[in-house]
Amino acid sequence: MKRISLPSLSFALVMLYLFLPVAATILYSLATEWNSTVLPEGLTGKWFAELYADPRFLQAFGRSFLLSFLTTVVAVVVIVPAVFSIIVYAPRMERLVQILVMLTYAVPGVIMAVGLIRTYSGNGIPMVIITAGAYLVGLLPYLYQGTRNSLLAMQARSLMEAAELLGASHWQAFVRIIVPNIMSGIFVSSLLSFSILFGEFVLINILVGGRYETLQMYLYAKLSSSGHVASAITVTYFVLMAIITGLVVKFTRRSFARKEVP
Amino acid sequence: MKRFVSMFWITTIPFFAMIALFLLVPLLSMIGGSFQAEGGGGFTMSHYREIFANPYYLQAFENSVLISFLSALIGIVVAVFAAYAITRFPQSLQQRVLVITNLTSNFAGIPLAFAFIVLLGNSGLFVLLAKQLGIDFGQSFTLYSWSGLTLVYIYFQLPLAVMLLYPLYNAIQKQWMEAAELLGASPWKFWLRIGFPVLLPGIVGTFSILFANAMGAYASAYALTGSSYNLVPIRIGALVSGDIFARPELGSALAVLLGLTLAAALLVNEWLTRKIRRDLS
Repeated sequence: MKRISLPSLSFALVMLYLFLPVAATILYSLATEWNSTVLPEGLTGKWFAELYADPRFLQAFGRSFLLSFLTTVVAVVVIVPAVFSIIVYAPRMERLVQILVMLTYAVPGVIMAVGLIRTYSGNGIPMVIITAGAYLVGLLPYLYQGTRNSLLAMQARSLMEAAELLGASHWQAFVRIIVPNIMSGIFVSSLLSFSILFGEFVLINILVGGRYETLQMYLYAKLSSSGHVASAITVTYFVLMAIITGLVVKFTRRSFARKEVP
Repeated sequence: MKRFVSMFWITTIPFFAMIALFLLVPLLSMIGGSFQAEGGGGFTMSHYREIFANPYYLQAFENSVLISFLSALIGIVVAVFAAYAITRFPQSLQQRVLVITNLTSNFAGIPLAFAFIVLLGNSGLFVLLAKQLGIDFGQSFTLYSWSGLTLVYIYFQLPLAVMLLYPLYNAIQKQWMEAAELLGASPWKFWLRIGFPVLLPGIVGTFSILFANAMGAYASAYALTGSSYNLVPIRIGALVSGDIFARPELGSALAVLLGLTLAAALLVNEWLTRKIRRDLS
């Protein structure tokens, strides 16, 4: 008989611990009545039907989607070219950027919220815009890392030199040669960024509150009113995250595969 | 040369402007605000004095440090073994397990708090199960207090800890284990004398990240207990977002102290890591 080792046991426990809440939520979202029995009394899809028919949910989902999507796009447009310029033309500046990256990574949302409220509240600028700005900075670590890895992997500096020797301008070389080559890396980082923003609650709750209800805030509002609908929201959110994770894996695999077969 | 200058500046100026506007200026303004009298005005230390004189705020720090330390400790101890178990799986399975672990790390904040309500809330699955078995947690455990909150914190620490620890095992080469075995060392002795010391700096580093992660966590605790449970991030949130009783200057001072705690954690980590590494060489 094989003895169960300590690592395997703790691994099994970790997986169990990580999956129980997910499984329970899924079950709860499909349960008809589940107040006094250990297992649900029956299964139903009505909570999902109710949820997807609720305009407030659709609006919250749309707002989350819009905010995360637009912010990710702006973040890519601002951060990627800048990281490119710094790595190719001013590699010494990388140390400064790395310090900034560390800083954004180390400062928790609550602390940022305090600073942002003090700086921008009451200026007439909608706080949603300020929140989006803070999100841009919050995405810096992920986009910096992704862009940097892609650029170093393709040896961007020599490629740029070659392109320019052949007569391309800096912008031409960047748009025609660098961008297509780092596209899959950028796409993966963007998906990751999008999923991070989609789950964000701290900044939007403290800075904006109920004036711009995102999915997470809608979920928070539903916690006390209907547990079944709240689980349906959670399951929807989790499925979306699973799809994004799946896409990330697929695209990282593909870029790996391409690297192996030149 | 002129074109280089133009491209470089066109791409980096918006970048640095963004960082200045949404990171540096707010942080400086927060630090400045913590020394300002309420509603603007001159320099004062009164907010800091108030925090240190008020047992309520001190308790918030005590609670935060305690829950962060405990959840990071439990998370890391379990993850050290679990991550090792993953390294012994076949290669393709390893990748799959890591993807799943990564996926559960998305399960944080409000959704996570809710999932725990389903499991352990007032009419949660396990609470009902226990009742059927004739056990009443009643007094000893409620999700909405210290013990429940710790379980939730451990949940979001685990995937992070596994993801951070897993690559460390690459540093331990198979040949070392074989060499140790040839020389007559038991697996226990190998891990105690060679494996663990090699991993230790990474473990210490991961621990400090987990600690900081929990110190700054807001959403899970907020979702579970509203603003009733006394933690530093919850207090800060309540101080700055309350429309009627907002006291952003006091909130700033609390945020500065929280930031200092995090910085201290990172410095201790740096110092410890260096010390451990020196012992190694």
